[in-house]
Amino acid sequence: MPVIEVTNLHKRYGETVAVDDVSFDVAAGEIFGVLGPNGAGKTTTVECVAGLRVPDGGEVSVLGLDPRRDATRLRQLVGVQLQESQLPDRLRVAEALEMYASFYRDPTDPARLIDELGLGEKRNTPYQKLSGGQKQRLSIALALVGNPKIAILDELTTGLDPQARRDTWGLIERVRERGVTILLVTHFMEEAERLCDRLAVIDKGRVVALDSPTGLVSAVAPEQRIRFRPSAPLDDRLLADLPQVSAVTRSGTQVVVTGTGDVLHAVTSVLARNQIIAADLRLEQATLDDAFVELTGHRPAE
Amino acid sequence: MHAFGQILKIETRLYLRDLAAPLITIVLPLLLLTVFGMIPALRESNPDFGDRSFIQYFAPSLLVITLAMAAVNILPTVLATYRERGVLRRLATTPASPAALLAAQLVISLGTILISAVLLIVVGRLAFDVPLPRHPLGFALALVLGTAALLALGLLVAAVAPTNKSAQAIAVPLFMLVMFFGGVYLPRFMLPNFLVRIGDYTPPGVQALLDAWTTDAPRPLHLAIMAVIAVLAGSAAAKLFRWE
Ligand SMILES: Nc1ncnc2c1ncn2[C@@H]1O[C@H](COP(=O)(O)OP(=O)(O)OP(=O)(O)O)[C@@H](O)[C@H]1O
Ligand SMILES: [Mg+2]
Repeated sequence: MPVIEVTNLHKRYGETVAVDDVSFDVAAGEIFGVLGPNGAGKTTTVECVAGLRVPDGGEVSVLGLDPRRDATRLRQLVGVQLQESQLPDRLRVAEALEMYASFYRDPTDPARLIDELGLGEKRNTPYQKLSGGQKQRLSIALALVGNPKIAILDELTTGLDPQARRDTWGLIERVRERGVTILLVTHFMEEAERLCDRLAVIDKGRVVALDSPTGLVSAVAPEQRIRFRPSAPLDDRLLADLPQVSAVTRSGTQVVVTGTGDVLHAVTSVLARNQIIAADLRLEQATLDDAFVELTGHRPAE
Repeated sequence: MHAFGQILKIETRLYLRDLAAPLITIVLPLLLLTVFGMIPALRESNPDFGDRSFIQYFAPSLLVITLAMAAVNILPTVLATYRERGVLRRLATTPASPAALLAAQLVISLGTILISAVLLIVVGRLAFDVPLPRHPLGFALALVLGTAALLALGLLVAAVAPTNKSAQAIAVPLFMLVMFFGGVYLPRFMLPNFLVRIGDYTPPGVQALLDAWTTDAPRPLHLAIMAVIAVLAGSAAAKLFRWE
């Protein structure tokens, strides 16, 4: 059963159409990613889901409730991290979390959350003295402190260094293990690939693709290329006859196999059966980056 | 309410951490009262001040410092900054409403005004021969209505100014006008008569405070004007205020 349903969402600011026509469902316990170039309408979409903006058309339903009409009930159940929101300069880390915890009926322990997000040493540091990444982590913590059923995270790891980014992914995975559904906006392909069960790629206010990360890649560029040097002479037909293989060519001592699906597995099984070792084996395949460029005509961030 | 209590507690701490705000709002008026009060000549009655001492005559203007700081300086800049930085918007995603934050700020303003008024009255009475308000009810009314009028103006500034910078651009001149007509920069006996008359009707209404404090009931018209300003500015602010 979907916990978030967005149907033909439309939202404009004056003359600007920010979201033209967006539909997607998010299942319970899923990590659902929203990907797209700058200005695509990602923030507007998730802010409509969060009940912060009123759609001009279409339907949004969250846990079977209306984000505007049932706002009071939903605010207990949905934690939101906004892309651009700051805290008062002199507010300290622990104070912020304790204050936010007091808003909820069944909050998590703020002290534990502070440690989990690596802010333990900063608990008495005022907001203005935090680094960009620490501010970001505090913002994530505030979204999670109420023990939400759904967390909406806009630009989860923007501004974090690679280590902090990985730590945050780990945290998000642990949060999901507790059964929390996560709707996250991201610019990072690696993040989308690692975290998201499914992704909606949005461009100019429309969904241009909706699939799992691997599904997106294979839909856009299904071909994979395997290169290796066989340890013993090899009859090309052994490989060419495999249903997954579309072509076998030679380049010097290298064999180059192109194919789709689980071509790698098929090829290595044949080689094993013939007791041939594949030296310098390489698998080349399109990445989510390639898929993103293909779908939107933009280079992803970074 | 638990959430409101937490917000009030934290906002009070933030207010106190910004040392300059409580120093200028509460400590400065008291300090000026003490400095002037130590000069014997300023404690003697003088026909220039309607048979009051200078210190009796000037005490309501010291209270104007508190009122102007709290209501048209600190309140609008804090609220506009919170809006500009998305503090209010973020709060709107939680079960606590941004209205709770607004309410907490108002409670802090009222609290500082009350504390400063009590300190000025008590210290003035004990140390410098300033009588307790001669017309207590009139004084309370003048203070409440003057405070309401100024807070409403402060909220109106916060409502129309989208950013901290623009709030300051409106709040600072407004603050200086209130201080000027309140007789803070120049004691009012040094001003031309027409400026004094304008000052009678400029929030918070220093003449009504003076009358009730040292003579007798304030004039109804003075009070009525404050009530009208409070209602007009307050309803305009309520109409125009945006959380984002
Ligand atoms: N408050 C607003 N008023 C007017 N236009 C807006 C507003 N917010 C967003 N827009 C416009 O709506 C479009 C979509 O903006 P949105 O913030 O949803 O994009 P986004 O996909 O989140 O972009 P980014 O990756 O840069 O965060 C943009 O063209 C933007 O200029
Ligand atoms: Mg955005």
